[in-house]
Amino acid sequence: MSIVVGVSFMVGTYLIMARSLLSVVIGLNMLAHGSHLLLLTMAGLKTGAPPLLDRPETAFSDPLPQALILTAIVISFGITAFTIAIAYRTYKVYQTDDLEQLRGSPDE
Amino acid sequence: MKWKTNNLLFIHVTRIVAFLILTFSIYLFFAGHDDPGGGFIGGLMTACSVLLLYLTFDKRKIDEMLPINYVYLIPAGLLIAFGTGFLGILFADPYLTQYFDYFTLPWIGEFELATAVLFDVGIYLGVAASALVIIVTIAGDE
Amino acid sequence: MNNLIILPIVIPAIIGALLVFFAKSQKIQRFISVITMTAILFVSIWLSIDVYQNGIQVIALGDWPMPFGIPLVADMFATVMILLSSVVGIFCLFFAFRTIHPNRERFYFYPFYFFLIAGVNGTFLTGDLFNLFVFFEVTLIASYILIVHGSTAFQLRESFKYLAMNVFASMFFVVGVAYIYATTGTMNIAHIGLRVEELGQEGVLNVVAIVLLFVFAMKGALFPLYFWLPRSYTGPPAVVSALFVGLLTKIGIYAIIRVFTVIFNHEISFTHNIILILAGLTMLVGVLGAVAKYDFKSILAYHSVSQVGYMVMGLGIFTPLALAGAIYFMVHHSIVKAGLFLFSGVAEKITGTTDIKQMGGLLKTHPAFSWLFFVTAMSLAGIPPLAGFFGKFTLIVPGLSEGHYVVVAVSLIVGLLTLFSMMKIFSYSFWGRQKHSASQAKIKTRDLLVAISPFVVTTIAMGLAAEPIFSYFLDMAHELLDPSIYIESVLEE
Repeated sequence: MSIVVGVSFMVGTYLIMARSLLSVVIGLNMLAHGSHLLLLTMAGLKTGAPPLLDRPETAFSDPLPQALILTAIVISFGITAFTIAIAYRTYKVYQTDDLEQLRGSPDE
Repeated sequence: MKWKTNNLLFIHVTRIVAFLILTFSIYLFFAGHDDPGGGFIGGLMTACSVLLLYLTFDKRKIDEMLPINYVYLIPAGLLIAFGTGFLGILFADPYLTQYFDYFTLPWIGEFELATAVLFDVGIYLGVAASALVIIVTIAGDE
Repeated sequence: MNNLIILPIVIPAIIGALLVFFAKSQKIQRFISVITMTAILFVSIWLSIDVYQNGIQVIALGDWPMPFGIPLVADMFATVMILLSSVVGIFCLFFAFRTIHPNRERFYFYPFYFFLIAGVNGTFLTGDLFNLFVFFEVTLIASYILIVHGSTAFQLRESFKYLAMNVFASMFFVVGVAYIYATTGTMNIAHIGLRVEELGQEGVLNVVAIVLLFVFAMKGALFPLYFWLPRSYTGPPAVVSALFVGLLTKIGIYAIIRVFTVIFNHEISFTHNIILILAGLTMLVGVLGAVAKYDFKSILAYHSVSQVGYMVMGLGIFTPLALAGAIYFMVHHSIVKAGLFLFSGVAEKITGTTDIKQMGGLLKTHPAFSWLFFVTAMSLAGIPPLAGFFGKFTLIVPGLSEGHYVVVAVSLIVGLLTLFSMMKIFSYSFWGRQKHSASQAKIKTRDLLVAISPFVVTTIAMGLAAEPIFSYFLDMAHELLDPSIYIESVLEE
């Protein structure tokens, strides 16, 4: 698991260094997924029954990390959608998705 | 611009599958109370089924078929979700306290009613509508 | 249990959702928003009084027992911040009525305005680290939309950068949360504070502290991570910039102060010294940026960066007086800087530009506007009877007595440079030859000034009433410096 986290951080970091707007968005998304996975890994992976009433088992798994990750995924889903929309509009307005050309001069 | 019609097979399969997905999403939504599922995933499923319709038939046709402004569904969902929280205050408990009880009806048998489901209805509406708004807006841009 | 605490979060959220339905009607939207903001203001005053009289108020959402449930905690610090957010919110709202283009109003400006307020209030009130993240995101999503609202080319480009920065920081927040959960096994801030004392794992906790400091520093625009702020605050309309500078950077600072008093108080010599160094650098870099700029809004934005340094400096010194000074400075800065951004909006409306080299002679054509600006600018620079002076004074005195001479020296230099760049704005755009046309000179600003004057009045009042305010803030600082009060009252709930 920690290797997967490392790889997705690596890929994400590489992608946000790229010049294309879309790869930045995908890179940020990769990083977000990496951090969600990290949350799950750090919380400790234990096998156990779902923590519900009316279950015969005695060992339950910790529901909190799952809840946290679900929330974080929902948030990153919303933000990714918004980022794509912004990136798309930026591309439409400037007719380029190259970040070098989007730098803008300091005084305009 | 002339609209190309989709593959005949695709259209016919969609007609059936879209409603299967819709049914499954509603099942998921109710299962969410004590099994995997819930408002969020149910909402996304619903959005998927409507999107499949959009994909197969064109946007104009669907807009005629479903004359709903999804934008209004988002705040409606939010209002339901926030509103159920106030039930707790009515009974002098903290905000968002949930209540449940078991009822028995003829034919159906024993079942549980919980206020958490109402909260989930809000989430369901909000998620389905916002997913649709986002995708349809981006895709609908010429 | 006190259900009053949820109202500052839930009222704006519900009204924000409700306003979407009325997006087409300007009148109804304005009417509802004024009533709501007034209601929020009253609720926050009521809550502050309640907290002042009865101590920290806690509510466990959903009636879950305490270390597991999500608490909302209203202590003195949080209530002051809520009061601040509702004051800034209501003043900016009046200004928005006068300046925001009707098209923008129709395009869901007010709903997101209220979502922003809801998110900010939530950040101040929550007692759960993960919920802090969630409310941060609520605030940020609303801010992304407000910052790109109107979609001019400049706004689009700058807000993409702002967005990318913040998404990156949020990701690190999740990482920090993961580490905290792994070391302490809880998300409740009070419970984490307790566990940190018990665990005694300084090494790991220092790493986590730095990760979280990085996150909050990004949001609050601290030294190495301030670069997104000046440019993204110059794009949107003045009222949005005012709201952002009044509330958005403050949530970063609030989170730093909260986290570094309740949780990471185990090794002050390490963490708080880093904060002090960052504070000094932030002040210096920010003010140098301001000195170099000739754009009205850019100067103000760079000043915000430098003043973030002062607030964090108070935390770095870590004595009651310094902390009280830092919070006083936060309140003062929100009000003054929001006012100044609104002034820049007025100046832009009169002259049609934000470049101070192309302005001039405003003093002759709009004397009332100019003198109000002068008072506010002097308050920012820290001239004695006004609020800014007391803020800086109470930071410098404990800084000297604790022996942090370098930071104190830096802050004094920065104060001087602040005065210089405020005078630069004043001399370029208000004195000198009149550069705007005769028709522009006739533009009436009375309505706008009425909307701004509450800010000016508040800063003067804060200066005159510094004595009672400080005795209140000192109580608050004592409460902050003794985290056991916070921890006990949350965990007893």
